[in-house]
Amino acid sequence: MAETSDKVEGAAKIAEKGDSVGMPQLDFTTFPNQIFWLVVTLIVIYFILTRIALPRIGAVLAERRGTITNDIARAEELKQAAVDAEEAYNKALADARAEAQAIIAEARAEIQKELDAATAKADAEIAAKAAESEKAIAAIRASAMDSVTEVAKETAAALADAVSPAKIDAKTINAAVTARLKG
Amino acid sequence: MAVDTKAAEPGGLQIKPMDQFLVKPLFGGDEIYWYTPTNVTLWLGLAVICVILLLVIGTRGRAIVPSRGQSVAELAYVFVYKMVEDVAGKDGLKYFPYIMTLFIFIVFANSLGLLPMSFTTTAQIAVTAVMAIAVFVFVTILGVVKNGFGFLHLFWITSAPLVLRPVLALIEIISYFVRPVSHSIRLAGNMMAGHAVIKVFAGFAGVLGVGAVAPIAAITAVLALETLVSFIQAYVFAILTCVYLRDALHPHH
Repeated sequence: MAETSDKVEGAAKIAEKGDSVGMPQLDFTTFPNQIFWLVVTLIVIYFILTRIALPRIGAVLAERRGTITNDIARAEELKQAAVDAEEAYNKALADARAEAQAIIAEARAEIQKELDAATAKADAEIAAKAAESEKAIAAIRASAMDSVTEVAKETAAALADAVSPAKIDAKTINAAVTARLKG
Repeated sequence: MAVDTKAAEPGGLQIKPMDQFLVKPLFGGDEIYWYTPTNVTLWLGLAVICVILLLVIGTRGRAIVPSRGQSVAELAYVFVYKMVEDVAGKDGLKYFPYIMTLFIFIVFANSLGLLPMSFTTTAQIAVTAVMAIAVFVFVTILGVVKNGFGFLHLFWITSAPLVLRPVLALIEIISYFVRPVSHSIRLAGNMMAGHAVIKVFAGFAGVLGVGAVAPIAAITAVLALETLVSFIQAYVFAILTCVYLRDALHPHH
């Protein structure tokens, strides 16, 4: 058998009775074919990957990482802004409260002043009225005392007349009653 | 073709689990030259199409919020990228496209091989051996170029006692040169074994009649396992490549 037809012979043998080889993987006549097509395949895949797929996927992943980083940074900024706004709000609230307190204090002081003035005026009026009333009471009391003296003198004279028919001097009676009243 | 002729012959159980690994010309004829389009060509081409579908068509939206296809493509990218970074180190990232090429090709070749009636290119020793030898030659040249004579430190373990070092060096050298063998046989063997087992069970199912339920259940289970294996073997191949790459970049233990 010629050497040149070895390959042909081997391939034909496999094609006709496949089980006679044992392991078809060890049929070396097919190796050049397999190796050639494998190398072609690997080179094609390598170029697909390096020219198109890997740069694209790498770019997408980098872009996504960038987007996420940016979004987180923006969220951080917004959070800071919210905190600032809350602080400003609280400060405004505190200011307003302080102002309100000041206004209340002022109003209270004013009212107190007016109240004091009114009280003083009322006190003065009351004092004046009281003095007037006292004067009137004193006058009434004095006039009442005079009337009592009069009545006492008349009563004493009448009693003296009734008790002793002897004439008792009116002057003596008057003096006696006056002395009694004073005593 | 082979199944038909055998079925006509007398004899009960005819299981030919290895027929699926036959390389056949795609358009008839018996001769297989290096350029002949064969079923290897077909299934390698389908793997390329799958790669394009996932990594090019799937990512054409370039969306910030990815579609499903883009998610898977990104997942594959990040998965391999992290693997290279973690295992080979930051300076290994330069070789990320090569490892990605190997990984994505093996994943698709393995997965396509799970389709019924398909041809598993990664079950062929020729295919895995070429990849393993390419990795071996590449990392060896890289190691020598990067480290010069220092690359031999990989075999001279300074942390071991001096007496043991020559012995260890011998073992290390042997294990270094066995790498491409184990690297390629592991992948091809895993693929071949699973597919052969499925074929054997399928042969049982053919003759058992109603009892075929059991082998069919077994096929289902094996197929599920093979789905896992097809991914794991791609992962193993890629991570071993990373390990070899790390050894080439940092030969000091």
